[in-house]
Order: sequence, then structure tokens, then C-alpha cells
Amino acid sequence: MVASTSTRQLWVEPWLAALPAPAGELGPVQQRGRAALARTPLPAARAEEWRFTDLSLLAQLPVASVAAAVERPLPAPQPGALRLHWNGREDPLQGVELPAGLQALTPTDLAQGLGHTLAATGCEQHWPVELNQACAERVLALRVASRQRVNLELISAAGEGLQPLRLLLLLEEKAELDLSQLVSAEAAGLHSLVVEVHLARSARLQHGLVAFGRSDAALLAHLAIEQEPESQVSLSQVVAGWGLARLEPRVVQVDGGAHTILRGLQVVDGQQIADTHSQLEFRGPEGQLDQLHKAVAAGQGRSVFNGAVRVPREAQRTNAAQLSRTLLLSDRARIDTKPELEIVADDVKCAHGATVSSLQTDELFYLQSRGIGADQAAGLLQRAFCEEVLRDLPAAARAWCPLERLLEARA
Amino acid sequence: MIRPDAPVLLEIRDLHARVEDKAILKGVNLTIRAGEIHAVMGRNGSGKSTLSKVLAGHPAYTVTGGSVTYRGDNLLELDPEQRARIGVFLGFQYPVEIPGVSNLEFLRVATNARRTEQGHEELDTFAFEDLVRERLKVVQMDPAFLDRSVNEGFSGGEKKRNEILQMALLEPLVAILDETDSGLDIDALRIVAGGVNQLANADNATLLITHYQRLLDAITPDYVHVMAAGRILRTGGKELALELEQRGYDWVDQELAALAAEVA
Ligand SMILES: Nc1ncnc2c1ncn2[C@@H]1O[C@H](COP(=O)(O)OP(=O)(O)OP(=O)(O)O)[C@@H](O)[C@H]1O
Ligand SMILES: [Mg+2]
Repeated sequence: MVASTSTRQLWVEPWLAALPAPAGELGPVQQRGRAALARTPLPAARAEEWRFTDLSLLAQLPVASVAAAVERPLPAPQPGALRLHWNGREDPLQGVELPAGLQALTPTDLAQGLGHTLAATGCEQHWPVELNQACAERVLALRVASRQRVNLELISAAGEGLQPLRLLLLLEEKAELDLSQLVSAEAAGLHSLVVEVHLARSARLQHGLVAFGRSDAALLAHLAIEQEPESQVSLSQVVAGWGLARLEPRVVQVDGGAHTILRGLQVVDGQQIADTHSQLEFRGPEGQLDQLHKAVAAGQGRSVFNGAVRVPREAQRTNAAQLSRTLLLSDRARIDTKPELEIVADDVKCAHGATVSSLQTDELFYLQSRGIGADQAAGLLQRAFCEEVLRDLPAAARAWCPLERLLEARA
Repeated sequence: MIRPDAPVLLEIRDLHARVEDKAILKGVNLTIRAGEIHAVMGRNGSGKSTLSKVLAGHPAYTVTGGSVTYRGDNLLELDPEQRARIGVFLGFQYPVEIPGVSNLEFLRVATNARRTEQGHEELDTFAFEDLVRERLKVVQMDPAFLDRSVNEGFSGGEKKRNEILQMALLEPLVAILDETDSGLDIDALRIVAGGVNQLANADNATLLITHYQRLLDAITPDYVHVMAAGRILRTGGKELALELEQRGYDWVDQELAALAAEVA
């Protein structure tokens, strides 16, 4: 195991030293992130929540310069949707007319809101968050007005280097947002994403993150969500092809009584690592969670899933279900999947389960017996496995996520 | 229709096969010519489905002796998908449910695999929809089944109709239908039998595996074979099935005992 300090000396310190001086609206945040990184060692296998996830790839990535945006051929935006090209460096709102109901946050709102949900979900000091804070120069900060419905597409396809992305969204009462987000590594690099969303009472968010990587690229993503009662969140992530991907969806139902749907699909092959650490905390009664996490593990890939669900005493009548399913395509792939239920309230329903299976011989044979080649048959069955998560993506994200690409990303 | 000069489509010679360590087929002989309809009957466990799966190339079965030629070529050395593409079709006794794979897409991919082998161009989604709607009529199936996952949640009879729909799309030269009649209600049996009759012609052949005369009332076989203990014990015309209906299979034990005595 690479000692954390030596890895840090290899790249974190010189990288920090080479960053431009803190400036702009995020100046104070940058300062704070840099100070934190300077004193916090890189997470190492010693820490329980990083036990299975080797970060040594990070030291090999070109992080000295911010990545340039890369054009990707994509289907046209969904009707009525606003598509923004967002790379964390330029202002994606420049020259864009915002649709009714969508506003950029004022500096005062931003100062108040930034970091609030990170703190509420207990991850403001996580290493990947500090890394984002240290280098992000801008934040895309938007408000969806009460009773308005907005459909937003964010495209972040980047070339070689570092892509720091920070997003803050405030959904007012009964506001509705469909958010499709694409992060794509077109060259070697590190993609750092921090999303904060606050949903007021009865607001609704459908978020789909599709992240396509490469073996020489890493994704570190935190998705922090705060839900007031009667709000609804559907959060789906589809990640494939990353040398290293770590996702932390963290949701808190501040007074319970909200509905959360979590969907995850991660695909690993070769030496790739994909790690999802999710956390849902119910801070009041009658909250609901429906979580499905799927993984396809091939080659010598490593798939990690840790699903924390916290149900304190005040969260009576919580109803939570969590299922983790892995499709194992190689006996050299490694899987570590673990529910982490912390239930103090007594009147709750909490179901959880985990399955690991391989492709079924009889299903394969049935397809083959109709003339479908063994590889194509295996592909159809893998697609079928993935479909259960993909169908919950918002429409735009679904269209970006051709299964061909998803499965090809394994190679 | 029996024509002694019709080309031989399938020739099974002294076929032996086992599953795991258990010998199941113990010397099957069968010749099928173009235009013929054969029925294979026999007690539960006599090896009928095993024969059909060996012909289709199921990986769980190992051929330990004998040969199978299809239009003169060695069938046994081909992958299951290749056998299907050149015109061998197995209608499963227990069609497999495949959640998440759309029936329509499955049918299209399968049809195109067969068409490519035949030197026809692949059908795009629109052309295929036209074709499949036409073939649905053969089995009087509701188009709604196309939008569901392959066989998922289909009733027993619906699964069997879906098998015949596949046969209608793939237009095989040798169709092996393993108990396609079981689980069908009276109307469905008539529809399925009508479909099989409609698809049978002078260039192809059908091997029906069945337990019941009622299927053979609807589809008249040229030959009836009785399978027992892994081989074909007796072959006759359609009257053999009627005889079985009356006499049952007790005589099989006597013949098997006689055979055993001969060997000893
Ligand atoms: N995969 C398998 N593993 C173990 N035994 C098997 C397997 N497949 C078949 N057999 C055995 O082989 C014998 C023949 O089975 P087969 O399914 O061919 O019979 P069948 O004639 O089709 O019977 P039925 O009329 O009940 O459909 C049976 O004893 C069965 O248990
Ligand atoms: Mg059988």
C-alpha cells in the first residue's frame, strides 16, 4: 500500500503551491480548502470508508492545468430544456437567456447558501470536497422559483487536466427541476464535482448524472441534498469506464416526511475502481427511501458499494428499502458491498438485500438458440441488467446513455 | 408428406449423450426428409427433451458417440447460434423468461441473424414491425406482447404461442417442437396447430414431441416414433399414436426387457 504521506508529497503539495492565488467569489472557500488539504493527508486504506478504494491513480493524473471543454456529439436538447456547457472555468450563463422560473443566485444568497447542504449532510470536511473547494474558481448557482418547472441539461466534457465543477441549486416550494448531467473524460484527468441542492417543502428534483470515463481518468463526486417534508428526490448515477470513480450521494430529510429514490449503476472492467458511498439520514418521522444500486464487474475491476441509512429515534414510521445487485462477469473482479443500517427508532420498516450473480446459462442458451451470437446474447443480458436503473434517468440523460457506450466503456 | 426421393435434412446416427455423469441418449437413430412431419412420443424421462437440446447444442449435454448431419454437414460441431442461423429451430418445452430484454428487439435481432445467414439484408425497425405484425396473425397473438420482456410473466399458453411466432419469423428448415401443445387451452391448441400446418411445406420438416393424440389429430404426422430409455424403440405411421393412446406404455417394458435379454 502506498503510504498516504508520500503520495501527498508526490503531488498534493506541489499542486497546491502552483495554484493561482485565491480570488473571486470563491476566494475564501479556496483558502479554506487549501488549508484543509495542506493539513489533511490523502485518505488511506486505514480509514474505514476508504478501505477498498486505492487512490494511487490520482498521483499519475495531469492536474496542473484546468481542462478545456471538448465538443461531444449529442442528441438535440429535450424540447423546452435549457442546455448549458459547463466546464467550471467559463461562465455557462454568459449570453444565455434563462427560462421563466430559473434565476442566478445573488451574491447575498450565494454567501448564505454555499456550503449549507454540505454541512447539513456532514461532508463539508471530506477530502474530495476540500479538493473541490481548493481549486474551483466558480460556482454555478441557480434558483428554481416556487411552482415553476425547469428542465436543465449540463454538459461537462473535458480534455486533459483538471475539471472542477461546483453546483448549488435552491428549489423553492413546489418548484420542479429535471436535471440531466453529463460528465465525460475525453483525455486523462481528474473530474471533481460537488453538488448541493436544497429542496423546500413539496419541491421535486429528478437528477440524472451520467459519467463516462477512461482508465486514465478519475471522478470524485459529492451530491449533497437537503429535503424539506413532502419534497421528492430521484437521484440516479450511471458511471462507467473510470480508472477511479468515487461517488457520495448524501441526502438528509431535515424533518422526515419526504420521498427519496436513489439509483446507481457502476460498470468496471480492467483495473478500474468504482465506489459508491451513499448516505441517507432521516431527521424526522415518515420519510421514505427506495434505493437500488447495481454494478457490473468484469476483468479485474473493483466495485464498492456502501449504503448508509440512518434512522434516529425521532424518525418513527420511516419506510426504507435498499437493494444492491451485482452482475459478476469475471472471477477476478472484486466486489465489496455493504449496507450500513443505523436504526434507533422502533416503529420502522427497513428492508435491505444484496445479490451477486453471473449470466444465466439458460438465458444465454435461449438467445443463442435463436441465432443470436454468444457475445451479443451476453450483451443483451447485461443491458437488461442495466435497464432497471437507466429507465429512471431523466429523458435527456437517458438519451446520452446508449448502452453500447456503457458496455463498451468496460473495455 | 412422404417422398422417398426428397432430400434428407436431418440424419441422426447412433447418438449417445450424457448430462453430468448420467448417460441419457443411448443410440438414437432417425432420418428426416424434406416435407415430413415426425412425432416423437414416450414416457416422462425417456430422453425426448434431451434429444431436442442436444440437437440445438445446449452446453449442459455432452455427445459421447454417434453423429448428426444436417443437410450433409456435421451439425454437432456448430455453436447453437450457428445451428439456428442455418435453419434448425427448437421450440422449448419450458421457454425461458428474460426480464429486461424486449420481446420485439429479441425477435428482430434473431430474425436478422437468420436473414444475414441466408444472404438477405437486415430489416430495420420499421420493416421488421411490418413483418412481425403479419406473422403475429399466424398465432393470433396480441401485439401488446411485443412490448413486454421476453416471456416474462407470460402464461404457459402465451409462451408457447411466442415460440411459434419465433418459428414463423425464422422460417426454419427443421423445427423441433418440444411439447408445444402442453398447457394450451382448446382454442390455443387449434391456433398453434394451425400455425404449424401453415408453416409446414415440401422443403422443410417438423419434429413434434408430444404426449397427446389431440395434437396429432390437428397435425397429421407421417411417422410416429416411441422413445424409451434413450433410444427410439419403435417407429410406425399415425396409427401407432392411436395404438399408444389405447394401450399405454406397458408393452415398452416388455420390449426393453427382451432387448436386455438379447444383449445378455
Ligand atoms: N440437466 C440435467 N441434469 C440432470 N438430469 C437431467 C438433466 N436433463 C435431463 N436429465 C434427466 O434425463 C432424463 C431424460 O430427461 P428428458 O427431459 O430428456 O425427458 P423427457 O422425455 O423430455 O420427459 P418429459 O416427457 O417429462 O418431458 C430424465 O431422467 C432427467 O431427469
Ligand atoms: Mg421433455
